[in-house]
Amino acid sequence: MAQKRVFAIIVLLIGAAIGYFVYHSEVTASWPFKLGLDLSGGTQLVYRADLNAIQSSDVAESMSALRDTIERRVNMFGVSEPLVQTEQTSALSGTSEQRLIVELPGVTDTQKAIALIGETPVLEFRLLKSANPPAAFSTTTVNQDFEPAAITGKDLASSELQFQGSVAISEPVVVLHFTSQGAKIFADLTKNNVGRYFGIFLDGQPISIPVIRESIPDGTAVISGGFTATGAKELARNLNYGALPVPIELISTQTVSGTLGDKAVRDGIMAGLWGIGAVALFMLLWYRLPGLLATIALTLYIVVMLALFKFIPVTLTAAGIAAFILSVGMAVDANVLIFERIKEELRGGKSTAESISDGFARAWPSIRDSNISSMITAVILFWLGTSLIKGFALVFGLGVLVSMLTAITVSRTFLFALGVDAKYGFTRLLFGSGISRT
Amino acid sequence: MFIIKHRNAFFALTGALVLAALISVAVFGLHLGIEFTGGTLVEVSYDLPAPGTGGQAGGTRPDPVALTNTLNDAGFKDFSLRETGDNGYTLRAQSIGDAQRGELAAVFSYQGGTAHVDQLTEIGPTIGAELRNKAILALGLVLLCILLFIAFAFRKVSQPISSWVYGLIALVTLVHDIIIPMGFFALLGYLTGAQVDTLFVTAVLTVLGFSIHDTIVVFDRTRENLRINHEKNRKEDFAETAGHSLNQTFVRSINTSLTVLFTLLVLYFIGPASTKVFALTLLVGITAGTYSSIFLATPLLVWVEKRRNKAKK
Repeated sequence: MAQKRVFAIIVLLIGAAIGYFVYHSEVTASWPFKLGLDLSGGTQLVYRADLNAIQSSDVAESMSALRDTIERRVNMFGVSEPLVQTEQTSALSGTSEQRLIVELPGVTDTQKAIALIGETPVLEFRLLKSANPPAAFSTTTVNQDFEPAAITGKDLASSELQFQGSVAISEPVVVLHFTSQGAKIFADLTKNNVGRYFGIFLDGQPISIPVIRESIPDGTAVISGGFTATGAKELARNLNYGALPVPIELISTQTVSGTLGDKAVRDGIMAGLWGIGAVALFMLLWYRLPGLLATIALTLYIVVMLALFKFIPVTLTAAGIAAFILSVGMAVDANVLIFERIKEELRGGKSTAESISDGFARAWPSIRDSNISSMITAVILFWLGTSLIKGFALVFGLGVLVSMLTAITVSRTFLFALGVDAKYGFTRLLFGSGISRT
Repeated sequence: MFIIKHRNAFFALTGALVLAALISVAVFGLHLGIEFTGGTLVEVSYDLPAPGTGGQAGGTRPDPVALTNTLNDAGFKDFSLRETGDNGYTLRAQSIGDAQRGELAAVFSYQGGTAHVDQLTEIGPTIGAELRNKAILALGLVLLCILLFIAFAFRKVSQPISSWVYGLIALVTLVHDIIIPMGFFALLGYLTGAQVDTLFVTAVLTVLGFSIHDTIVVFDRTRENLRINHEKNRKEDFAETAGHSLNQTFVRSINTSLTVLFTLLVLYFIGPASTKVFALTLLVGITAGTYSSIFLATPLLVWVEKRRNKAKK
């Protein structure tokens, strides 16, 4: 008996520790809850990649190049914690295609977000103001150090990869061909600025800063910046096709305003508190002493779930919050099964201790089976669902597992630890329930 | 015992409910949302000028007729407009172009108030078709898995009814549990414009998982009591054993559903707006599921047993 009580106290302490962790991490924001876009506000864009021109062996590489490019643009935009990921749709769902999913928390102007992603890279040419290049470039000092050159990316006709130098030590370079208009501007520019540094910038980042050695009248320029063959090829392609390694097409957008998200979070928290209160009150009124234990088990269930949300971390959506609140109602299910069984055993004339252990043993198959059917639903939903449904399925599945754990181990520990003997009036009353026939 | 005794009355009630649900689906129809058909969903709310500053006193959203004309002029196609909340509109339309997307807030705004786009969802036709396939596949898979699960749960054949009858009846209750929320949702769609979306499918699947275990618990008890009777060599009418088992699990079935219903009611009344319809669907579905496992499953079992007995004689 003493051992069981020590164990019960340890369980309580662990629960309190987890509860403190949840509270403390929330106050200090060290492990914040991860909110989905529908709660934090923001925009999600889904693109289909057109891979017709890409060989199947190059698909993975092209998609990762696409992701990197988009990621760079998104980061430049200053979005906090953006998410850019590629996804291959399963053939099961009828279509097999490569997709790019971009999530931009806090960006609630859909049109602006689309413009940002779809932008073609900006090619700029600038002349260094001082005679010698600074040791390091940063995007913030570009405008101080450089002045715009008369020629712009619009004057570019095409670009190509070439190899320069002798065969043994050939170096890949990118050759720019300007339009006839551009060629004139470029000729003037180079004639007037011999000896100055000429910076070539892509999306604000310097790619190469060669020195103008002589006047170039034929409208071609060579960028040689220690490229690898792949790097040079990629740059030439980027400059030719504007934007991206693969063309993309927007197929879905979702934008939720921050105010709507904030309200959803507040409503969700209120609903959670009231839901927990209602269930706890019902359990206390109907099952009395065991109901109190079930409420303690439920509290443990809640803190463990909240801690898991932070640890894993689970991206919480409105559907996920709904799943959590729903799971609170279901979490006491195992307790109800056990208590009803215990009461029956008590009615059959067994001692309290016997009734408790038999009650647990007999309730177990039902608890297991009921959780299996819910898990089946959760797994299938997670496997097939959209991000919204995945949020529901993950929380629901976790809830089923954790509630089984807390109901069985925690309730059992506490019931035994109490060690009451329900042979006599008052304790019997404590173990009774609403419509007691004993 | 009461339920077993008056099982015909409950069969009639169940039949009437299912019929009503089917009629509701037939008359009102289930309207697929843009998630399945592709299209655009816009939610706007109005920021109204304070009374006395030129805006309408108290402030109202613009007249739907006027707004419809504005939307027509702006090139929106096949749209439906519905008032939401105290001060907003929900617009469902075909896919929109860049120009329309960029001017959304401006199109909705009028002299008396500035519109905010609270939510904008655009689903391309391919994604719509894909989600439709996925939903059907998920429904099929869940039913299949539950079927396998039932077969597994009832693999040990017991007298006097073979295990596949338990499974078949469990399946009948599942069909009931799908039809009732569908009928309800068709009515809800007629009344509030609710449309079938992925959350509806999720709700139905969750109800299936919840309801099947309720039924299994009752059947499990019946089999346990049959075994005990067999061991103790006690002769008892099957109807009596079944009624007895139902009584034993009745409180448990009601109570586990009650706690879930409490949380769903809370979710419906004070939870996030985006999950209100979801909570309501679950509420109806879980009620139907609990009803079917108490008032339909065991009475059907008794009915089958009686018929078999008659056939033998």
